[in-house]
Amino acid sequence: MEAQTGHSQAQPLEFREVTKRYPGSAEPAVDGLSLEVPAGEICVLVGPSGCGKTTAMRMVNRMIDFTSGDILIGGRSVRERKPEQLRREIGYVIQQIGLFPHRTIGDNIATVPKLLGWDKPRIAARVDELLDLVGLDPQQMRDRFPAQLSGGQRQRVGVARALAVDPPIMLMDEPFGAIDPINRERLQNEFLRLQAELRKTIIFVTHDIDEAIKMGDRIAIMQVGGKLAQYAPPAELLMYPASRFVEDFVGSDRALKRLALQRVRDIDLWKAAAIRAGTPVAEARAMVAEADVPYPMLVDEQGRPKGWLSDRALTGERVTEDLRSPAHPIVELDDVLRDALADLLSSETRYGAVVDKHGTLAGVLSLEVIQTFLHTAPAASPTGADLLTE
Amino acid sequence: MIDPIPAFLGDFGEAIEFIFKERESVSGGVQIGGIPELAGFGLTHMEVSLAALLIAAVLAIPLALWLGHIGRGDFIATATSNVGRAVPSLALLAFFISFVGLGYTNVIAVLVLLAIPPLITNTYVGVRQVDRDTVDAARGMGMSGMEIVRKIELPLALPAIFDGLRTSAVNVVATATIAPLANVQTLGEPIITPQTYGFVGQLGAAIVVALITVAVDFIFARLQRAATPAGLKLAEPAPRRLFALPIKRRPEST
Amino acid sequence: MSLLPLAQLKIQKPGGSDSCAAANDFCPGWIVDNIDRYWTPLLEHVYLTVVPVAIGFAISLGLAILAHRRRWLTGPIITVTGIFFAIPSVAAFFLLQPITGLGYTTAMVALVSYTLLIIFRNITTGLRNVPAETVDAAIGQGLTHRQVLYRVELPLATPEIMAGLRIATATTVGLAALAVFAGAGGLGAEILVDKHFKSNVVVAGGLALLLAAVLDLLILGVQRAVTPWQRARG
Repeated sequence: MEAQTGHSQAQPLEFREVTKRYPGSAEPAVDGLSLEVPAGEICVLVGPSGCGKTTAMRMVNRMIDFTSGDILIGGRSVRERKPEQLRREIGYVIQQIGLFPHRTIGDNIATVPKLLGWDKPRIAARVDELLDLVGLDPQQMRDRFPAQLSGGQRQRVGVARALAVDPPIMLMDEPFGAIDPINRERLQNEFLRLQAELRKTIIFVTHDIDEAIKMGDRIAIMQVGGKLAQYAPPAELLMYPASRFVEDFVGSDRALKRLALQRVRDIDLWKAAAIRAGTPVAEARAMVAEADVPYPMLVDEQGRPKGWLSDRALTGERVTEDLRSPAHPIVELDDVLRDALADLLSSETRYGAVVDKHGTLAGVLSLEVIQTFLHTAPAASPTGADLLTE
Repeated sequence: MIDPIPAFLGDFGEAIEFIFKERESVSGGVQIGGIPELAGFGLTHMEVSLAALLIAAVLAIPLALWLGHIGRGDFIATATSNVGRAVPSLALLAFFISFVGLGYTNVIAVLVLLAIPPLITNTYVGVRQVDRDTVDAARGMGMSGMEIVRKIELPLALPAIFDGLRTSAVNVVATATIAPLANVQTLGEPIITPQTYGFVGQLGAAIVVALITVAVDFIFARLQRAATPAGLKLAEPAPRRLFALPIKRRPEST
Repeated sequence: MSLLPLAQLKIQKPGGSDSCAAANDFCPGWIVDNIDRYWTPLLEHVYLTVVPVAIGFAISLGLAILAHRRRWLTGPIITVTGIFFAIPSVAAFFLLQPITGLGYTTAMVALVSYTLLIIFRNITTGLRNVPAETVDAAIGQGLTHRQVLYRVELPLATPEIMAGLRIATATTVGLAALAVFAGAGGLGAEILVDKHFKSNVVVAGGLALLLAAVLDLLILGVQRAVTPWQRARG
């Protein structure tokens, strides 16, 4: 299953009518949970406190034993093997990380390889490889103790440790919860890049719907009482919430949340007439007539926008550089749509000029354009990961 | 050789007889044993113990409360506890005997010295373990230093203080056993004068001493429980570090 | 200083500081002359301290490991060892004599029983203070409960365990002085031989304190050596 180069095959995970009842409790902690996670995908379990998301995750590696139903990894029930055996093949990352304070970072990462009897050179090579993978310098970090690392560094070591024997499945319980927002975003992005390379099957638990939308290929929203409210990819969840609860949990700003998953280039922009100074006015008027926007944009020789032309500029023989307003705001094709909207809203104009990476005018963005987009179903379901890998 | 099992039972049996019935002394001519004599010894024993404990408490507890309040006594608390534990009571008593003489004053002085370290350490640790946030909030509400000590630190430190009293009480009562070396006739008198009391007397006195000390331990344990403020009993106690000095509030590990 | 009855003076070595000893002043000279006579009692005292603590540690460790998985055992163990702890050593030395006779065995049994509560409580507290998430991560990675105990919990409990050993050692040094009542030797015997003689008392008592300090530092040294992660603080 392990390979020195390349990565082991991820396996699909299935919850089959899994229920957990605690003695003395009226309501089950997890109630008939059924879902399938395709191999290599991140399934986010999200929901309010007490919804059973962490319980469900911990049942996969039998930290908690379920009362009825079954959990299958690659078609095999988790009950088939001894718990210790099972856990050595599942990556486990928890919020407080739980590094052994009395062991060096290298020893911490080597925990499961040692349990499995790998020989020393192989372990050493793997430790260095993993430290590299999570962005830490092996020379520096290998022999340090956890107390000497910052929170963000420890979190990376936690991920490295979980990947030590290249397990096909990973469980992550609020792994970035204890980190400050700035570093959390960095860690999330780095993890998504890692996942693009490694393609593990991951169960990721969080209480933060924004993190769920960003990280998940599929999202399972759970409600108190351990019931599954909806299981869908993020865009579908945002567009078609299955119930009042899901709507409320996702938030009334779900339209805006959708915009966070999209780039300007992905939507149909309006065309504007891009007119150079000195162009014959008749030609200019023809271009304006064909455009979606009734106002022409003055551009330079390279096509870069300089400002919106006033009516006066189109009197006379040739177009003059008489502007009614500057070309502000300027939005790039690669911008995330939500940020572009924020720019639009903070300026006074109705239209924002969209440029490509050379600065050439590529289209016009307006509130109506965004609204139109929101009301049409997208061709593909974008995820937070897609946003990073473009 | 007599079968050992009945033999020692016989010894204990005789010792118990010694406790309850008078008999002739080993060396002859004097009546020893029986409840009246032992009660007399017992009374002396408890007198010196109680006196010493009270004096030690009056000296040590206020001092330690104050040190704990201002947070300055780490070194003193550790040092006294370490030294206090290691000083052989016998050596201390002999020291006082040889330098100062025999009698009640000496014995009580020695017992006080032995009782002080656990009181200082436990009281100090008890105060330091009071949640700093609680004290902070109190100060923010305008409580004066004295008020904080009286209304917050002292009540919350009571379990630890009583723990110290319990340890000191047991130490004192135990050490009072060798007071006869300084001519104070506690229950140890039969023990150090085997020529008069014989092994049976020694054993009898040992039994009484053991029972009394265990009883004292038990009583103070009950007192400790009674003295714990109700709110504290309900709260899950934070893991108590039995030795950790200086006490710092540590953030959650990792 | 008051005048004391001189009748009980026993001077072991003739000559030299007779006059000082005769006056029962504090005599450095006498001490230097007679220092050899404390050697054997000191060694006996070391024996009476180190061995009971070692045995007490072994027993307490066993009990603590037992009680770690079966929490309900903790209460009864603390009650029983608590009774041993409360019984004054002098009393214990006599209570044991009918069974174990006069001599070192009696002293040892009593001294061992006295260490049990201290060490057991410290080991148990040390184990309970291991952060829950560290244990969770260990189990989650696939360590068996035994592996978690020996590779994670006990090592992390070392500071508390060592503290317990230090307390037990200091206490046992003090109590071993009373072992003379059990028929054993030690510095206590030396004190009793000449309890009114100042120099004798000071030397014997002082040696006991010195012994306690040395043993304490030794244990502290072992602790430092065995816990490298505590020295490395970012």
